[in-house]
Amino acid sequence: MIITALIILMGVTMVVSAVFALHTKNLLMAVIAVGILSLFSSIIYLIMQAPDVAMTEAAIGAGLSTVIFLYALRRTTDRDVDDD
Amino acid sequence: MIKRALIFLVLAFFAWQFLLMVTGWEGLSGLGEIARHYMEKGREELGAANIVTAIVVTYRGLDTLGEVSVLFLAAAGIGFLLGAGRLSRKQDGGNAGGLENEKTRRKASEILETGSDIVVPAIAVFGVYIFVNGHLSPGGGFQGGAVIASAIVLLFLSHPFYSLNHGVLKVTESLSGTVYVGLGLLGLILAGGFLDARFLPVGEFGRILSAGAIPVIYSLIGLKVGAELVGILEQMRRPS
Repeated sequence: MIITALIILMGVTMVVSAVFALHTKNLLMAVIAVGILSLFSSIIYLIMQAPDVAMTEAAIGAGLSTVIFLYALRRTTDRDVDDD
Repeated sequence: MIKRALIFLVLAFFAWQFLLMVTGWEGLSGLGEIARHYMEKGREELGAANIVTAIVVTYRGLDTLGEVSVLFLAAAGIGFLLGAGRLSRKQDGGNAGGLENEKTRRKASEILETGSDIVVPAIAVFGVYIFVNGHLSPGGGFQGGAVIASAIVLLFLSHPFYSLNHGVLKVTESLSGTVYVGLGLLGLILAGGFLDARFLPVGEFGRILSAGAIPVIYSLIGLKVGAELVGILEQMRRPS
């Protein structure tokens, strides 16, 4: 029961952070939101008895890709583009 | 207007497909034929306690070779794209980028430095543990390599002026890749097929030296993945 509530809570947080990452203007916040999404999905993989996938997601999704995004962010310039 | 209508049509199509999937869904009553074979025969055929590793390294070994090649191509592409600009600038003369960077890069705080000096070796050893024990416990080459790379990230953050020895990375990566394919060919000659791990004795179930060549192959994959990820990070870290 508690586990189910936890999964639902994390799932809702994942959807919220994904939408936030799409809509925010601050790229740093977007990268961190994607990292949170990866972290929660790795916890859900662990609860669903997939430790191998959980490890990959935690190490690559939440760890390395966040760092690579941050390095890439440092190399680019911040410029606002009007859409439509 | 036509664009809007097209977007609406595509969205409606996707919604309809999704509705079909949701309404027509029913849970699996049992394992499929191949999955049942893996679960029942995998233990006696390959002797790996972690059935996921047995599937990834042996039954689906060719897919894993493909994944490793994809990662290698990604690392090579990043090195090519980010390295090319640097080379031409060096030919222009002057090392302006590097000098400018010396100013912006600052020393890490003492807490981070001391803490990472303690933790980094432990994380690296844990990564090695994950891929050496890949046939016994969850995890394996990809996970272990990623954990090693995350240890190197911490090292980069705590020691901004530390530069890696590229020769070691290159030799590790190409040697482990070559030996991996060589072991696959050895399986083709001595055992049932390409990447068949049974040319070494299967051994006692659950011991570290068991499951044929699976631990050897997964350790090589771990070294290769780790070296590639560290190479990508090193390329991204260096100033443009």
